[in-house]
Amino acid sequence: MKTYKQVFSELKEQNNTALIPFFVLGDPDFDTSLEVIKASIDAGADILELGIPFSDPIADGPTIQKADIRAIRAGMNVAKALELVRKVKEHRDIPIGLLMYYNLVYQYGTEKFFKDFHEAGVNSVLIADLSIDDADEITGPAASAGLDTVFMATPVTDPERMKLVASKTTGFIYTVSVLGVTGSREKLSDTAEGLVGKLKELTDVPVCVGFGISTPEQAVAVAKAGADGVIIGSKIVSLVERNLGDRDKAIVEVSTFLAEVKNAI
Amino acid sequence: MKHRGRFGDYGGFYVPEVLIPVLEELEEAFYNFYEDRQFVTELADLSKNYAGRPSPLYHAKRFSEYVGFNVYLKREDLLHGGAHKVNNTLGQGLLAKYMGKTKLIAETGAGQHGLATAMIGALFGMETKVFMGVTDIERQSVNVHKMKLCGTKVIGVEGGTGTLKDAINDALRYWTAHVTDTFYLFGSACGPHPYPTIVKHFQRCIGEEARQQCLDQIGRLPDMVVACVGGGSNAIGIFSGFFDDKNVRLIGVEAGGRSVSEGRHAATLVAGRVGILHGAKAYLLQDDEGQVDETESVSAGLDYPAVGPEHCLLKDTGRAEYVAAEDEDVLDVFELLSKTEGILPALESSHALAYLVSQKGKLDPEQIAVVNLSGRGDKDVSIVEKHRPLLND
Repeated sequence: MKTYKQVFSELKEQNNTALIPFFVLGDPDFDTSLEVIKASIDAGADILELGIPFSDPIADGPTIQKADIRAIRAGMNVAKALELVRKVKEHRDIPIGLLMYYNLVYQYGTEKFFKDFHEAGVNSVLIADLSIDDADEITGPAASAGLDTVFMATPVTDPERMKLVASKTTGFIYTVSVLGVTGSREKLSDTAEGLVGKLKELTDVPVCVGFGISTPEQAVAVAKAGADGVIIGSKIVSLVERNLGDRDKAIVEVSTFLAEVKNAI
Repeated sequence: MKHRGRFGDYGGFYVPEVLIPVLEELEEAFYNFYEDRQFVTELADLSKNYAGRPSPLYHAKRFSEYVGFNVYLKREDLLHGGAHKVNNTLGQGLLAKYMGKTKLIAETGAGQHGLATAMIGALFGMETKVFMGVTDIERQSVNVHKMKLCGTKVIGVEGGTGTLKDAINDALRYWTAHVTDTFYLFGSACGPHPYPTIVKHFQRCIGEEARQQCLDQIGRLPDMVVACVGGGSNAIGIFSGFFDDKNVRLIGVEAGGRSVSEGRHAATLVAGRVGILHGAKAYLLQDDEGQVDETESVSAGLDYPAVGPEHCLLKDTGRAEYVAAEDEDVLDVFELLSKTEGILPALESSHALAYLVSQKGKLDPEQIAVVNLSGRGDKDVSIVEKHRPLLND
């Protein structure tokens, strides 16, 4: 199974930045979701960030909230998420970061959840509503399942805490470039650059930037700031949303956009 | 964080990383000021002269006669704003002021916490936004209007069922983007640490007063203390005054909604299992996988799928008992208290009264029950009218 380490060091040699699209698993339905994700890999994605839909996603803006509801209504659940991940891995061995809210993990049983998703082909877990203060609840089970951990750093995280974030993180640090929930923004705050710089001084753990990135120009700015990866979520989910009922068009639009970004960074 | 905010294994602060610094700041400010002399003096003055504390303990004799034992009402409904919510909004609002915050946000279900926040926003001259589900806006339009009169912006939340849970989701999201200048005035004894502790602190005056009033007016402690439980702030407020009085039964009454057995309710402690929502580990109404259930109750203030973490511990240890009252019984008792005492109880508080009616004829006539009448029912008149049209007579 391809690791983050391999991908990040390969890209570094080519002086490149990882392109990391985010998808809500099962949005708008199982088959479309699978085909769009496969197409994104073909279009140049280096790593995938895949979210399991939750009824109350408090860290997400309207675009991903709606996607979560679409996916849940279309029958997405943990068992199907496992199946979807397996099918994606059949298409290509690409590192996958899983993103979800804690209650889904907690109800399934943390150890079993991690073990099953690792077996399906997931590399790391990021729990949106679990901070490093409670990292101990997951680092043990993650390590024994063979999963990397991903934690977040934000514009309001102080340097001491950043160090702590780095120390608990084995995959990459998910750096939130703006204050707020997920969602496309016209203007990316200039804090991203400073944040990446600060983190780079503190740690060797790869730093990826997400939240608010919706254009190739913004992705380039993040790459130039020294980020190891660019995570694009709401923009891609909105392309899926814009083409509900037309799978082929959704595939074309997502692929075209990702190829454009890949080319730019 | 200095503290873990745990009640047994419940509680904690399961929130996105971006909210951690602002919760730390809040925790620090709370522990700095809650015993600060100036803070305490200022809050005591406002509690008395603005909110109208202490609230009376009233022996409801005709209602007592009906149920067959003694019922005393802790009249939080008489406070400014018509509910116990002002205790907490004064406390947190003052905390916001001491912290130098200039903007308030809050969530609301029935609109009582929203109104109590709007009042305090006006009192302290702070820009205030209240998040409220669209279903609740419709069923509690009078409170919406009152909030607007106080200069508050009411933001309709469409997600989910448009109720309290969804309002909290959006308030948290908004806060995430505005952590630097905005104080989130949380309304119930739930959510992430330090809110359960803060809200309990500012609501404990209910229980402290009630206990002393029992001793002064009756000459003894009650046999039971009964309160409705949604998130659980009025209940924790009155229960906490009696924690050490082991012979006083503490009874929390949840929203049985249309029917507990059919799954159309909001009785979290009665029918839920442990999960994580809105920053805390607590009992939660959810499906097998952990997706949060939709809830149903005639009372917007109790229409919530989670519950305060301390109540979870009180349930597990057996110190408090939790039961549910269904909508029809709640509507019955709304009419009953109005007819027997001339007091219109909030539909939320009516749940506590409905439990007493369920005990009619089962208790010794000497028994004494104190009920937290947490709010007045004026806001609910149109809902009751819809369910129980008055006959022309």
